[in-house]
Amino acid sequence: MAKPILTIKKLTKKYGENVIFHDMDLVVNEGDTIVIIGPSGTGKSTLLRCINLLTIADEGQIWLDDIEITAKSCDEDKVRQHIGMVFQNFLLFNHLTALENVMLGLTKVRHMKPDEAKHKALLELERVGLLDRADHYPGQLSGGQQQRVAIARALAMDPRIMLFDEPTSALDPELIGEVLEVMRKLALEGMTMLVVTHEMGFAREVADRIVFLEKGSIVEEGSPEDLFYHPKHERTREFLWKITELYGKKEKES
Amino acid sequence: MIAWLKLFERYLPEFIKGAGVTLELTAVGLTLGFVLGLALAVARVYAPKWLKTIAIGYIELFRGTPLLVQLFIIYYGLPSLGITLSQTLSAFLALGLNSAAYQAEYLRGAILSIGASQMTAGRAIGLSRWKTIWYVILPQALRLVIPAWSNEPISLLKTTAIVFLIAVQDLMAKAKRAAADTYNPVGSYLAVAVVYLVLVFIFTWGLKYLEKKTRIPGFEMGLKKG
Amino acid sequence: MDFMKFLQYIASGTAYTIAVTLVALPSGLLLGILFSILNVYGGKVTQRLTSLYSTIMRGIPPIVLLFILYFIVSGSINLSPFWAGSISLGIVSSAYQMEIVRGAILSVSGGQMMAARAIGMSKNQAIRHVILPQTLRLAIPPWSNEAAIVVKDSSLVYALGVPEILRRAQLISASTQEPFLAYAVAALIYFLLVFITNRLLDALDRRLHIPANP
Repeated sequence: MAKPILTIKKLTKKYGENVIFHDMDLVVNEGDTIVIIGPSGTGKSTLLRCINLLTIADEGQIWLDDIEITAKSCDEDKVRQHIGMVFQNFLLFNHLTALENVMLGLTKVRHMKPDEAKHKALLELERVGLLDRADHYPGQLSGGQQQRVAIARALAMDPRIMLFDEPTSALDPELIGEVLEVMRKLALEGMTMLVVTHEMGFAREVADRIVFLEKGSIVEEGSPEDLFYHPKHERTREFLWKITELYGKKEKES
Repeated sequence: MIAWLKLFERYLPEFIKGAGVTLELTAVGLTLGFVLGLALAVARVYAPKWLKTIAIGYIELFRGTPLLVQLFIIYYGLPSLGITLSQTLSAFLALGLNSAAYQAEYLRGAILSIGASQMTAGRAIGLSRWKTIWYVILPQALRLVIPAWSNEPISLLKTTAIVFLIAVQDLMAKAKRAAADTYNPVGSYLAVAVVYLVLVFIFTWGLKYLEKKTRIPGFEMGLKKG
Repeated sequence: MDFMKFLQYIASGTAYTIAVTLVALPSGLLLGILFSILNVYGGKVTQRLTSLYSTIMRGIPPIVLLFILYFIVSGSINLSPFWAGSISLGIVSSAYQMEIVRGAILSVSGGQMMAARAIGMSKNQAIRHVILPQTLRLAIPPWSNEAAIVVKDSSLVYALGVPEILRRAQLISASTQEPFLAYAVAALIYFLLVFITNRLLDALDRRLHIPANP
């Protein structure tokens, strides 16, 4: 049986009276790619931030491997080292080159020697196909290239799991493909990934499981086959129909 | 603390007198600075090249040197050129000339943000260049400048505190006097610091009120282009 | 008096003016950085305290503050007027520099902090390696303005007896009976110092500019 890397139990997040999600249960097994879909404003991004402890959940527990990271005694900086995060708007460090962006965590957090860190950073940049852009600053890169550097930056920390928060939503249609391609490759290499996206083509092709989230709870989850062709809930069918209509054109172009 | 309050109480009438002088210096400096600053700003944007150069030179010179030096040139230096001014008059002049350079920059910013299109519009209905400046550009610029300009009265109020160095009897001079009388310099200067703070807060509050009163929604610097 | 000697004497005051600035500006910057970080990233108490510090310090005329600090500093430790005056001037400037740095920190997007935390950096590491390097670059143009103000405000330590340009000018004007010339030369030197300061910081700004496509 597959080994669970991430286990979420009864996770709840509120902002004041406003419940973002409640009693969320989710298990991510090693090597799995799980895609979370759902209308905007249903707490998908907040869920990822809670997993990375960038936002603190109100109730419930999260385990990374066998360690409960929501425990009070847990060092959140340590936890984040093992969880890679890719943001919608890239968030590269503006004052550093692509190479330095990837190196920073290695030298400052993992305390690697500079030449060792540089070697590893170059490997990661090669992995995302940007070795020739190593000396460019974020302002000199296209959005797609920036996002690939951001992926390399996260990969460099050798994370147990990668979280993607709508990684292509801020990109021009013609740049989406290159980022999805890198993610597809990662999935094939066996990286464990949790992806929030509206890219249905990617979900259908790459996901091991799709989770449909709406109004703060999971409506339905299952294989792409099940969700796309035999959805159990009317809401799932409606949503998928709508989203395919909306994003279908963009997908064809890219 | 008690001793300090006593000191404050004892010198309060003097401080009030000094504050009056400080406010007078601020008011005169501001007015003189405004009139001259407006002329400089208009010259810098619209005047022929030679006049523009003079305006730029003036602004750079007065912004690039300490007010204290300007004050000393006027008070101690001018007499050797045959111009002798009283202490108060020297202070008025130094503050006004100095403030003019700063106010000119605020006003220039506002004039530039009105843009060339208003000039074109004015000329199109047959107004002369200077009439357009007077009737079209300036009324708008003066309205727009208020938020940025409202720093100047406060800044000038604080700047006046150096004129005691040529023995003008402002608030700071009273503090110096109290310090010498009581052998308590820290307490004396702290006391006038409080008075200055109160004046600055009153100014800040008053200018905020003015800003709010004169605000025209959608007509602000930075928002408006062309 | 020989004109060259006259110039030389005033110019020797220039060394003091530069020295006062070189003590006051960096010490004000250090305090400014510290207070701005406490203000933006600190708890509620440090936030309130630093804001109060800024409001009060910026609400009092620099010369009044300079006198208060000077008498406090020189009353508690035995320092020469030069050191006591320069440090006091640095403290005066710290509140203004705090506001400059604070503005720059706030203009670095909050996402940068989040991204740094996401790769496992602590808050302190993120401030040091990600936020501050960007902040200080952004702060150079407004800071250049403050540097010019400190150069000019260094003339205030004249009143404390520090033999800087203005004090020298005063001594010479007394001995030569040429006050206009003496103060005009002093003004010229200040003007050049302010001009050079602005140019140097402009050059620094260009040098540290982060490349980007147009």
